[in-house]
Amino acid sequence: MATRLFAAPSPHIHGGESTRRIMGDVVLALIPALAVSAYVLGWRALMITAVAIASCVLFEFLIQRFLLKGRTTIGDLSAVVTGMLLAFNLPVGIPWWIVIIGALVAIGIGKMTFGGLGCNPFNPALTGRIFLLIAYPVQMTDWTTGVPAAVQSPTMFDSMSGATSMDAMSGATALPMVKENPELAGNVNFGDMLFGQMNGSMGEICALALILGGIYLLWRKVITWHIPVAVLGTMAIFAACVGLGEGGSLVYELPIFHLLAGGALLGAFFMATDYSTSPMTHKGMIIYGVGIGVITMVIRLWGAYPEGMSFAIFIMNAATPLINKYCKPKRFGTK
Amino acid sequence: MKTFPIGGIHPSDNKQWSKDRPIEVMELPDQVAIPMIQHIGAPSTPIVKKGDKVLTGQLIGQAVGFVSANIHSPISGTVTSVDVYPNGQGQRRMMVVIKREGDEWMEDIDRTPDIKRDCKLTPAEIIAKVKDAGIVGLGGAQFPTHVKLSVPDGQKAEILIINGVECEPYLTSDYRNMLERGEMILVGVEILMRAISVQRAVIGIEANKPAAVELLKALITKGGYKGIEVQTLQTRYPQGGEKQLIAAVTGRQIAPPPALPISVGAVVCNVSTTIAVYEAVQKNKPLIERVVTVTGKELKETHNFLMRFGIPASHLLERAGGLPEGDVKLLNGGPMMGRAVVDITAPIIKGCSGITVISGKDTPRGVEGACIKCAKCVSACPMGLEPYLLSKLARLQKWDMAEEHNTVDCIECGCCSYTCPSNLPLLDYIRIGKQTVMTNIRARAAANNKK
Repeated sequence: MATRLFAAPSPHIHGGESTRRIMGDVVLALIPALAVSAYVLGWRALMITAVAIASCVLFEFLIQRFLLKGRTTIGDLSAVVTGMLLAFNLPVGIPWWIVIIGALVAIGIGKMTFGGLGCNPFNPALTGRIFLLIAYPVQMTDWTTGVPAAVQSPTMFDSMSGATSMDAMSGATALPMVKENPELAGNVNFGDMLFGQMNGSMGEICALALILGGIYLLWRKVITWHIPVAVLGTMAIFAACVGLGEGGSLVYELPIFHLLAGGALLGAFFMATDYSTSPMTHKGMIIYGVGIGVITMVIRLWGAYPEGMSFAIFIMNAATPLINKYCKPKRFGTK
Repeated sequence: MKTFPIGGIHPSDNKQWSKDRPIEVMELPDQVAIPMIQHIGAPSTPIVKKGDKVLTGQLIGQAVGFVSANIHSPISGTVTSVDVYPNGQGQRRMMVVIKREGDEWMEDIDRTPDIKRDCKLTPAEIIAKVKDAGIVGLGGAQFPTHVKLSVPDGQKAEILIINGVECEPYLTSDYRNMLERGEMILVGVEILMRAISVQRAVIGIEANKPAAVELLKALITKGGYKGIEVQTLQTRYPQGGEKQLIAAVTGRQIAPPPALPISVGAVVCNVSTTIAVYEAVQKNKPLIERVVTVTGKELKETHNFLMRFGIPASHLLERAGGLPEGDVKLLNGGPMMGRAVVDITAPIIKGCSGITVISGKDTPRGVEGACIKCAKCVSACPMGLEPYLLSKLARLQKWDMAEEHNTVDCIECGCCSYTCPSNLPLLDYIRIGKQTVMTNIRARAAANNKK
């Protein structure tokens, strides 16, 4: 074999980072939460997740291959992430055909309409979820079908079954329960919320698993601390301030309740940090995160919905281009 | 530990291949080709013609104007041609080709190895000697050193910063110079301090070169060098960039272009350049040789050569056991900012601190994907720019917008392309944008001058 010299402009080396590796890391980070939900909710949790992933990947493939007649990019695993996140935002008892519709909206409308990966203004999984919440409100807030009695039984948790879905309209999860019956607030069992005995969307039942996944993403530098800390910090401070105003007695205004309940952790670590729909600078990320925290709390405390995480992220997604326009990185040599 | 304020990356330094190879004197070649531009600024004018006899160290190219540099013959012999030849990148350059006959030096050059520390010259005399010797920045930028040392009226230098960072992966020529020619560096620093009238000098060295830090510290104590200190810096690319180094050492940031280092009271000089200054001022020796690293993990041998200019890269590669088989990139410099060489017979010139050989598999250009807006390039940019945006604007030929987003600030360090998970050739496009915008700015200035 001969020597062949070739040329290209610098830099001549690459850090080895790839979209596929990043998405693979997100999938890995979601595995603990999936494992807990499979353990607590049974095989159906795995089935729903599998349907969501398969249909997201398939729709992306079909649209790219036959509608856009271009290169398919399912190998970058971003559709897998969308599928997982979509499933994590659904109750385990959801009929499988609704999952497929959700996947079609997530990939077809949420992602490919805008030009695919990196071009979508809204988080695709959230687009799918919000569509389903509006189109199928009953199925989307059914917290009993397919849920083991132990988890939904009120006695086990002193009338409290744990957590919630992200914007549940009714049901037996923590946020709506406490919202409707503040007197039950004293019964909230934080240990159960932390260790996975709380009812809610599939991916939300174990706070600890989500925190683990979040730490993994931080360690792998897939995400930075700015968005999760801004979202969760704002929620905690907001709750604490309201709690002070009310004399600090209601659990519903306890910061820790809000951080563990509902979609706070899933949203802060996995949904709000979606690259294409969140700002590019650290300053912008903090503004965006604070916005999500405030809107979530306003909806949770005073809105018609018990949970506002999805809507908050969705609204701040819309603000991202504006934030990017005004939050420039600090130019070297300027004050 | 000190470092620069924003951005930066941590590529593998790959210095293990050549860092323990002592400096060897490269044998003299039979023939050299000396380009008449080896610096930033106006090309020099050849003052010899075919058939002329020249001595080692004799002036053969005369600087044209202030921002330019003299060029000297690195060997003695006969000029065989003064003509245009391609350089390593295939660009046509005026070169003086000399066939060697022995090695007869100019008489006034002191070739003894003794260190001569005492210097009573005035700043103007020192700068004149540096100018005569044709010294340019040996870190790679090739900016004429006498221009740097000539502090403009109304401005004052406060600190001399010596660049011993060598943040570029693979290269070890500055490192070997610090280890083996430390005394020359320190005397050079004293001379440079004298030239710009400052009382304080800081030698910045990254933490991955502890031996150089220890040695220079010991030499400073032993020799009683006043006002010179060694500052260990956190290992982080591109710390060797002038703006980054000044910020790392002093905490002061140079304002955006066209501001110069002197605006924050700093003058920066590379360690190898400092040696050249020492030799020019104390030994009367013009810049005709330097230490060049020949490295790469596929090479049979790696070297740090003290070699005369004008030797073809192919000679160095022969000494390293030849190029490996298959697809190979040969770099003038290191893998982050070095330039690919397409003609291995082209001569090594002043700005070449090393020849790096990288096999095709280690220098991939992956399949371009879509920008996923991960913001890794924004975090990595040491100039506080938005590479993804500048690249896109250049791609769309939106030159005005690229200018608005400060594309001229780009130092072309390559951190953005290095970090991009979608393998986007960010810097390729930013370069095009930067060049176009700079051309536009100059055209506007010229038009304004006419009015």
